[in-house]
Amino acid sequence: MQEKLTKILSEAKEQLEKATQLSEAEEIRVKFLGKKGELTSILRSMGKLEPEERKKLGMAANNARNEIEAMLEKKKEAVKGKVKDIKLKAEAIDVTEPGKEVELGSKHPITVTIEEMTSIFESMGFSVTEGPEVETVYYNFDALNAEPNHPARDMTDTFYINKDIILRTQTSPVQARTLEKEKPPIMILAPGRCFRCDTPDATHSPMFHQVEGMVVDEGITMGDLRGVLDKFAKDMFGSEVKTKFRPHHFPFTEPSAEMDVSCFKCGGKGCRVCKGSGWIEVLGCGMIHPNVLKVGGIDTEKYTGFAFGIGVERIAMLKYGIDDIRLMYENDMRFISQFK
Amino acid sequence: MLVSLEWIKDYTDINVSTSEFCEKMVMSGSNLETCTEFCSGIDGVVVGRIEKIEKHPEADKLVICQLNVGKDDLVQIVTGADNIFEGAVVPVALHNSKIPGPLHGAPKTEGETKITKGKLRGVVSNGMLCSAGELGLDEKVVPTAHRDGIWIIEEDVKLGEDIAVALGLTDSVIDFEITPNRPDCLSMIGMAREAAATFNTELKYPETGCKESDEKTEDCIQVEVKSDLCLRYTARVIKDVKIKQSPWWLQKRLIKAGMRPINNIVDITNFVMMEYGQPLHAFDIRSIEGSKIIVDVAKKGDKFTTLDEVERNLSENILMINDAKKAVAIAGVMGGLDSGIMADTTTVIIESATFDKDGIRKASKELGHRTEASGRFEKGIDPNLCVAAADRVCHLIELTESGAVLKDSVDVYPKEYVSVPVKVRVDRVNKVLGIEASRQFMTDVFESLEMTVSGDGNIMIVTPPTVRQDLLIEEDFIEEVARMYGYENLPTTLPKSNAVSGESEHRKLRNIARESLCSMGFNEIQTYSFVSPRGIDKINIDEDSWERAFVELINPLGDENSVMRTILTPNMMDVLARNYSRKIEKVRAFEIGNTFVKNFMNLDGLPDETYSICLGMYGEDVNFFSLKGVIKELLNILGIERLSFIAEKEYGVYHPGRCARIVAHTKDEDVEIGIMGEIHPDVTDNYGISQRVYVCEIMFEIIHELSDREIVFSQLPKYPSTSRDIALLVDEDLEVGKIEETILEASTEILESLKMFDIYKGKQVAEGKKSVAYSLTYRHRDKTLKDADVDMVHENILKALESKLSATLREM
Repeated sequence: MQEKLTKILSEAKEQLEKATQLSEAEEIRVKFLGKKGELTSILRSMGKLEPEERKKLGMAANNARNEIEAMLEKKKEAVKGKVKDIKLKAEAIDVTEPGKEVELGSKHPITVTIEEMTSIFESMGFSVTEGPEVETVYYNFDALNAEPNHPARDMTDTFYINKDIILRTQTSPVQARTLEKEKPPIMILAPGRCFRCDTPDATHSPMFHQVEGMVVDEGITMGDLRGVLDKFAKDMFGSEVKTKFRPHHFPFTEPSAEMDVSCFKCGGKGCRVCKGSGWIEVLGCGMIHPNVLKVGGIDTEKYTGFAFGIGVERIAMLKYGIDDIRLMYENDMRFISQFK
Repeated sequence: MLVSLEWIKDYTDINVSTSEFCEKMVMSGSNLETCTEFCSGIDGVVVGRIEKIEKHPEADKLVICQLNVGKDDLVQIVTGADNIFEGAVVPVALHNSKIPGPLHGAPKTEGETKITKGKLRGVVSNGMLCSAGELGLDEKVVPTAHRDGIWIIEEDVKLGEDIAVALGLTDSVIDFEITPNRPDCLSMIGMAREAAATFNTELKYPETGCKESDEKTEDCIQVEVKSDLCLRYTARVIKDVKIKQSPWWLQKRLIKAGMRPINNIVDITNFVMMEYGQPLHAFDIRSIEGSKIIVDVAKKGDKFTTLDEVERNLSENILMINDAKKAVAIAGVMGGLDSGIMADTTTVIIESATFDKDGIRKASKELGHRTEASGRFEKGIDPNLCVAAADRVCHLIELTESGAVLKDSVDVYPKEYVSVPVKVRVDRVNKVLGIEASRQFMTDVFESLEMTVSGDGNIMIVTPPTVRQDLLIEEDFIEEVARMYGYENLPTTLPKSNAVSGESEHRKLRNIARESLCSMGFNEIQTYSFVSPRGIDKINIDEDSWERAFVELINPLGDENSVMRTILTPNMMDVLARNYSRKIEKVRAFEIGNTFVKNFMNLDGLPDETYSICLGMYGEDVNFFSLKGVIKELLNILGIERLSFIAEKEYGVYHPGRCARIVAHTKDEDVEIGIMGEIHPDVTDNYGISQRVYVCEIMFEIIHELSDREIVFSQLPKYPSTSRDIALLVDEDLEVGKIEETILEASTEILESLKMFDIYKGKQVAEGKKSVAYSLTYRHRDKTLKDADVDMVHENILKALESKLSATLREM
């Protein structure tokens, strides 16, 4: 009997080793462990034996059964693994094939530039506010201390709807409107569209965008103006850029200045972008003229303030190297989709 | 404003390099446009005298010159110039020399031209004789006498000397940008004043004294001022005038300032105008009848011919210079045709006057004519310059031996112009600038700019010179301190204000719309706010529609940009058409922009400005429903949850069978918020697009009003759901929206969702019918639904569908 068991065991082992598929393993199981299986028949025939003998053989038979089952289990696992391997191998793809296109849209470069600017100023405590594109002569000129004969008021410079209503030529009227409504501390940023009678060419557009800024509070100094705009320049163009404030003239600020930044293309050595000077003019600014504050009902002894205006197209063109402003308003998808 | 550094040095000592001069001037407030080296690039060109001219044996148009260039040997040069003669002193470009300008007759070039010896028709030529243009002078400023041919030098110069040295061509010419508040800087003395303050040097005024003859000016001419548009009128008379060329030193100054020398009298008046900023005019006394000058406004309907031979219409806004009988000049604008200086002029009246700046602006505008003089008067000129400038002219006339100056001047000056002193507080200056400068520093700044300072302690009483008419209030003086202190020396601080950043809900919502549309694959466009009125015709809008009630510009650049847009759709169509014509296969674009509609109720007269969102697309993979899906998702994100799309058949912009009005449902009302659809083929034809185009325009202001973006979390379901699919047989033209409406009406809250998954027309469906399949999902919040619970609701729905829409259930 014992011999028979040993033989069954080695036979099972041998057959299992040869098996390559789950069905074969199953056949082997049936052959040895099934109801009519070889091991089962041995177990069945044990009834005829002496108890002592039966016990001994029973243990051996059970051991043999356990061993076969373990071998079967192991075999099944191995076969399954192999099958999975084959499947995975069959499923292999060419990872260099193109990906499925995801078509995300792009914002217009003007929007991108304005957003960049607003987020810089917002981090300094500025709030974004807006004003109308069709504006009164009063807010666009009178309230901003522009002389009655100022040439900018001419029909050759400004688009008129009637003698009192125009298309705003700057975002500065938002200053006047804000001063009328709000009390200091005021820190506002006003992006928007402006219009001037310029025939379109590579550097002119009758419609363009400005970002206007204004701060009014007790103790605001020209040093603050410098500090805020210097930070803006570094955040916008890179921490390595330097700023230069030059005296200038605007009707609504006194003292007035223009700010240049060291050329962010060549680092100030002089190149095509900065026309060899190493500096690029980026904005006009100044301490708000007391006449402007007074029109807004602000006590000029108590409060001082500064304001600035930045040309958005100019900044966008410099930043992205766009050589023709008209591209901004042609809206060619191949142009816009570059500003993801 | 072109400033010759050499000229400035006449009035103040500048001992710095040109680049340092420019840099410091910029930082003290005189902005630089350009700085160029005058006639730079001349190398090896010397003064030579033509000793002998012979005919060229082989060429009729060429001659052979022998030149004395200060050496033992003569230099032989062949030239084609015809204005030369034996004894003429000329610039000679020797072998291997360089000249800056283009060769005679050649187009303007960048860089220098090298001159080498060679043979011209077999004869050796060891260089070239030069014209003024070849030496780098701009044609506009070359004196008429030198314009054609070789530059004949009349000055006393040394043969063989470098031409640039001999003629004083070496100089820096700086173009300063003069802001409109600083007309005083439109003069050499004005710029020298700035330079003196910047470099802390002394300002020296030019010589004005003259010998004068015994005859008095007032015996020769009388002046009467009848209009207050003339603030001052000073006249001087010069007799025995000899009209001739000005000396080279004077011509050279004018040339560097961008003016062409004409003759001594004209040049001297121009020279003094450039020096002082005071326009001057010279009359030939023969043209003045009655020995009298009367300054008065013209009468409406009068006509006058100016020296440019244009007859001009006058009015009472225009100030005239008259003699006893007739007009001789338009004051401050231009002289008359017959009163100018002629070659045979012998007695000259020099006018040095100040006219009201607004008066001149008006006159100049009315005449449609601006001149150098009117441009200066418009900006405002100090009347106190009149006498000094007139005296300076007389001085130069004597210096150049151009005539005999009569004694004294006639000077009519009704009301002397004086500067108003301004109170400036030391602590205020420091407070505004954020610095701690001393009173002494500020006083020094003011005095360096020729102001006087009095008062004590914190109070400075500052009186500017009368040329500085821009200094009126304390802030103006703060700027003077700031620019001399140096903007670069101001501190760099941040405001101590505790303002809190924020933005309006309106803007926030627009940003959300923009972000969402980009994430759905749409590109943002930006188009002009002003449009052509024809755009509305092009998209087939009805004749009397509100979209045609344009806000119109009275001075547009052209019809293309003559009205403010009322809707964005025409601009969108333009952009789609442009992209289509550029062969861009598919476009998804959007614009979020202002539209303008007249509103007579607005007290300020402004139109209503309202935002609109416009979507536009074409391409293989888009149709009505892809656009509809985008709109639904967009509006959902913007806080509009309940929407209907109602078929619109009448709006000419869209395909009558493929257009819907978008309606939002709120608790209280149904509000139309926009329109969408496939563009009418007639409209796409108008734009040259032969593809289906889908557009939508949504009124953003209404969305902003209705928007409810508050997010309320609902518990995740705990109990299982049951789905029932139904296929309904309905009339072919029944809108599926009706089916959904009916289902929602007949159901209870256990209907969790309703989703259409199929529409079928064809073989198995009867003619005139369609099959619409829905999946209905039921779920109860608090328990597991039993079949019976679902059956009750489901049956109800089916009944309602049958009774209201005659929809029958079809076997699935």
